[in-house]
Amino acid sequence: MKPAAKAYTALIMLFLFAPIAILLVFSFNEAKSLSVFSNFSLYWYRELFRDAETLNAVKNTVLLAFSAAAVSTVMGTAAAVGINKLRNKYLRYAMDTVTNIPMINPDIITGISLMLMFVFVGRLFGAATSLSFWTMLISHVTFCLPYVILQVLPKLQQMDRALPEAAMDLGCTPLRAFFKVELPEILPGLVTGLIMAFTLSLDDFVISYFTAGNGFQTLPIRIYNMTKKTVTPKMYALATIIFFVILALLLISNLADSESSRSLKAARQKKKANI
Amino acid sequence: MKKTISLLLSAVILCAVFLSGCGSSDSLTLNVYNWGEYISDGSEGSFDTIREFELWYKETYGQSVKVNYDTYASNEDMYNKISSGAVSYDVIIPSDYMIARMAQEDMLLPLDFANIPNYQYIDEGFRGLYYDAENLYSVPYTYGVVGIIYNANVVDEADARGWDLMWNDKYAGSILQFNNSRDAFATAQYKLDLDVNSTDTALWDKALAELKAQAPLVKSYVMDEVYNMMESGEAAVAPYYAGDYFTMLDAQAEDVDLRFYYPERTNYFVDAMCIPSCCQNKELAEIFINYMLSAEPAIANAEYVYYASPNALVYEDAEYIHSLGQEAMDILYPGIENFSELYNAYAFRNLGSETLGYVNSLWEDLKIG
Repeated sequence: MKPAAKAYTALIMLFLFAPIAILLVFSFNEAKSLSVFSNFSLYWYRELFRDAETLNAVKNTVLLAFSAAAVSTVMGTAAAVGINKLRNKYLRYAMDTVTNIPMINPDIITGISLMLMFVFVGRLFGAATSLSFWTMLISHVTFCLPYVILQVLPKLQQMDRALPEAAMDLGCTPLRAFFKVELPEILPGLVTGLIMAFTLSLDDFVISYFTAGNGFQTLPIRIYNMTKKTVTPKMYALATIIFFVILALLLISNLADSESSRSLKAARQKKKANI
Repeated sequence: MKKTISLLLSAVILCAVFLSGCGSSDSLTLNVYNWGEYISDGSEGSFDTIREFELWYKETYGQSVKVNYDTYASNEDMYNKISSGAVSYDVIIPSDYMIARMAQEDMLLPLDFANIPNYQYIDEGFRGLYYDAENLYSVPYTYGVVGIIYNANVVDEADARGWDLMWNDKYAGSILQFNNSRDAFATAQYKLDLDVNSTDTALWDKALAELKAQAPLVKSYVMDEVYNMMESGEAAVAPYYAGDYFTMLDAQAEDVDLRFYYPERTNYFVDAMCIPSCCQNKELAEIFINYMLSAEPAIANAEYVYYASPNALVYEDAEYIHSLGQEAMDILYPGIENFSELYNAYAFRNLGSETLGYVNSLWEDLKIG
C-alpha cells in the first residue's frame, strides 16, 4: 500500500474505533468523571451486576433478540425457499419488493404504524394494555425478516437446482431433500442471517421505543431514559461487555462461513476425484 | 440440523411459557412510570426502593405485589405513551406543566388522601400551586430551582452575581446556554424582569434581542452535555438545576472548582406523583405513593436524586442534613417559606399554542441567525 492509502486507512480506523476505545478505557475508571482517569478499577463492573433494573433490561433485550432471531430465521428461510421456487418473473419481482419494504421504510414509520395497529387491535378486543412482549416480538420479526431472506436467497440461487431434484429422484420426500441437501448448502447464509437478525434486534431503539409495553423495557430504551440525569459509568461497563460479545459472535460467524465454504469445496473436489 | 431447529423452536416455546407464567400468577401488579435515574435503586449501596416496597407490602398486607418499573426521558414521551392508550400505568411522576395539561384533559384521577396520610409531611408551601390549585391530583416528589454554576478558577468571584454573568464578555466562549427555547428565553426574561408566561409578542422580541446579544459569547447551546463540559472545565458558566450541580461537583476534574449561586428571579420546577386515568388498581397506587413519602424511602430518594424534597421527614432529618452538609442544604433549600408565592410568580405555565408557535419561530431565528 502507498503511504497515503495507509494513512487514509489508519484515519478511517481511528474514527471507527476511537469512540469505543474511549468507552472501554473509561469503563475501568474509578471516578465518575469522563474527563479524568483517576485509577484502574472494576468498580463499575461490580455496580453493574448489582443493578437489578439494568440486568432485567439486559435479560429482556437478550430474550427478545434470541426469540426474534429464531422466529425470523425460520420464517425467512421458508420465505426464501418459496420465493426461489417462483417461476413467474413478475410475481417474483413483486415478492422481492414487498419483502424489502420493511428494510427501506424508516424505522420511525414502522414503529408508529406498528404501535397504531397494536392499539387498534387491542381496542377491538377490549384489552386495557395492548403492548407486551409479544407485540415487541412481532415488531422485531417484522424488521429482521428481510435481512434473513436477503442472506438465504443468494445461497439458494447459487445452489444447483438439480441437487434437490436428484435427492427426490433417489427417494427422498421433498422435506427430507430440503433438510439433507438444501439446508447444508444454504447454512452459511442462514447463520449469517440469524446473527444479523440477533444484532439488529439487540440494538434496535426506535421501533422498540414505540412498541414497548408495561414492564418490558429493553436496554437501549433504559439507557436513553437516563438522560434526564446522567448516564452512569455502569453503562460504559455494560457497553464494553456487549461490544466484546458481539465481536465474538462476529468472529464465530466469519469462521463458520469460511469453514463451511472450505469443507463444501473439499467435498466437491472429492466428488470430482471419485468420478 | 433438524436438532438445531427443534432446539430453537423449543427455546422459543420455553420463553413463551416462562413469560405467560409471570402474568397469570395471582399476586398484585403495580405499574410505575418514572423518569430514568429518578429513584434510589440499590446501586452503590443505596436503598432499593422498589424491592423494599415489595417486601414491605408483603409484610404489611400479607399479599405479594410485583412492581413493574419503567422509565421515560421526558414529559412529552410519557404523555404520548399514555395518551396512545397502548399501556396502562398506576403511578406516574410528571412535571408541573404536564400535570396541568393532563388534569385539563381528564387524564388524571383525583387522589383519595385518606390512603395517603403521609401527605401531612408535605410542606405547606407546596399546596395550591398553579398546576393543581385545589390539591386534587398530585403529591410533590421533588422540586428544583435554576441557578448559575461557574468555575471559580476562571470566573472572578466579584462577577458571580445575577444573570449578568451569562452576558459578561470577559468569559466569551466559555458560557453555556440552554438548548431549549423555554429555558433559554427565560434566562433573558428573568434578567430583564419580564413575565416568562407573557402572551405579548413584543416582550418575547425583547428577550430575543437579549439572547442575540449574548449569542457571540456562547460556547454552545446544551442540555445534558452540560455535565461533561462543566466537569472537565471546558466551559466555565452554565445555568442549571441546583441538584444537578451536586452531581457535577462529584465528578469535577482536579483543576476545576465549581460553585453555585441563585440569581434573584429564577425558574422553579416541581415533579409530583399522580395517578393516571388508565390506572388498574387505584388503592394500591395510593399505598405506593404513601410509602414513597415515608421516611426511609423519601430520604434515600432525596439523597440519590439530589433534588430538594418538599417532605419534612427529609429536610428536617438530622442524618440527611448531616450527610449533605450545611452548605449544600443552603443551596438545595433556599428560603422555603414563601415558595408558593415565588413559584406561582416565576414558574413556567403552559403557553397557548399561538404564543408557543411564535416563541419557536423566534428560537429558530436565534439558532439560525
